[in-house]
Amino acid sequence: MLSNAFLHRHSLWIRITLHWALLLPLVVSVFAIISSAWGGDPVQQLIHFYANWALNILVLCLVLAPLSRRFKRPALIAYRRLVGLYVAFYAFLHILAYLVLDLGLDWALAFEELVKRPYILVGALAFLILLALTLSSPQLVRRKMKRSWLKLHGFIYALSLLLPLHFWWSLKSGYIEPLVYLLILLGLVGLRTRQFKAWIGSFRS
Amino acid sequence: MWIRSKPSWDYLSENDVTPEAIFKQRRLIMKGLVAGGAGLGTLGLPSTANAAWFSSDEPTQKVMPLKFKPHGNPPSDSLTPESKATTHNNFYEFGTGKNDPANNSSHFQPLPWQLKVDGLVENEVTIDVEKILAMAAFEERIYRLRCVEAWSMVIPWVGLTLKQLLKDVKPLSGAKYLAFETLYDPEQFPGQENRRLGGGIDYPYREGLRLDEAYNDLTFMAFGMYGKTLPAQNGAPLRLVVPWKYGFKSIKSISRITFTDQMPQTTWNMLGPSEYGFYANVNPGVDHPRWTQKTERRIDDAGILGRTRIDTLMFNGYSEQVASMYKDLDLTRYY
Repeated sequence: MLSNAFLHRHSLWIRITLHWALLLPLVVSVFAIISSAWGGDPVQQLIHFYANWALNILVLCLVLAPLSRRFKRPALIAYRRLVGLYVAFYAFLHILAYLVLDLGLDWALAFEELVKRPYILVGALAFLILLALTLSSPQLVRRKMKRSWLKLHGFIYALSLLLPLHFWWSLKSGYIEPLVYLLILLGLVGLRTRQFKAWIGSFRS
Repeated sequence: MWIRSKPSWDYLSENDVTPEAIFKQRRLIMKGLVAGGAGLGTLGLPSTANAAWFSSDEPTQKVMPLKFKPHGNPPSDSLTPESKATTHNNFYEFGTGKNDPANNSSHFQPLPWQLKVDGLVENEVTIDVEKILAMAAFEERIYRLRCVEAWSMVIPWVGLTLKQLLKDVKPLSGAKYLAFETLYDPEQFPGQENRRLGGGIDYPYREGLRLDEAYNDLTFMAFGMYGKTLPAQNGAPLRLVVPWKYGFKSIKSISRITFTDQMPQTTWNMLGPSEYGFYANVNPGVDHPRWTQKTERRIDDAGILGRTRIDTLMFNGYSEQVASMYKDLDLTRYY
């Protein structure tokens, strides 16, 4: 099942299915708010929910390459870009919910918080990386960037560390959830030590 | 003082209450757990999943109407709708999510309940909460509640001042502080045993007040809110309300109060001493290390998009009643 031929032949349908699946958390959040299923003030829940899905989808994105190797399904690699863009999408919703619903678009306050709170700075840094990866994702840009594209997209390894750190730091108590994400993400980076070393090496010289 | 006139909201009598057995059976049928009640259960979905998705799992606990003297001179702030005050709670004993307490507390049994008062007092007593509910002359207090997370509500509590509740307990001269404890009962509070659900807190939840704070006229022991007994998620059957301090000081479901000469250990202070002090007075001048305390989001009847931040007031706007207690205290150091 799910042979490479199948994955290639039904590429369009797989893409449509993936889009639907990855948009589902957004749909769930909209229904949860309309139906008050998240209680009286779902602002924190919403901010947390989008962040959680950005992380979940990052895990999915990083799992595609090892899966394709393990099961000899190179066709899977073709879906990495689509999945990766949804990481940025939910990270964007996370920040939008924070700025609009929590801070009430008080830009002075937003700036003050960014400067004063290290965990927000870490989050902002991670978002800048995601933004750079998003803007450089079209094939045209990729071709133009040549070798530096790989260098830029190697920053997904940095995200694997920065995002759980931002999560951990933001919690009032407890550490289990961010720790689980950190271990999974580091494990997934560990599966590609060769690429990781090559990426680190690309900064020397 | 006894108020015998029937307030306008009190139109339901005991006769109008659905008998508990029938009520519970109806819940079971809806959950598809009773044979013949073939419903959602037959779809093979766990009933809790249904509840979470459709949020239709009405609590099996019931709240009862209370008699009380209405708040004489209520503040101008508009009340937080009851539906929001009962579905947005920090009560990690039922889970760390804001709606976890409402969702996970439907089987909580608030009565019978004993409150033990001991330590440096002339008379150690055990207070039977059912007796208080039957006998006490309750009053209503409409207070602002400011959470340390920078959201706030305006809630009509029903209860007694702590001073009234403890009038038979004569503190000894050595008593300087009161230590409060939430009931420890993992059967009723699943978060107390499950680290993930309970947010890694060392239970039971503990809080404390200085003696003068405890005997301040504002310090209130709530047995109800919105004219009825407290729902489990709001701290049934009795909780502290200290309106000039951050919400975490207002400990819920209290089973023990100990008078002591030592400053008691308090849960959030133990967990993060640099972020949560013993005093925890609402103070817009002292930020939480990770967010601002200058402003707050007031949870009122506006939708989530219609809500704007308002300025946080010193002592949550209760300076007149409490500021004198702290005139010799450096509030930046003793936050």
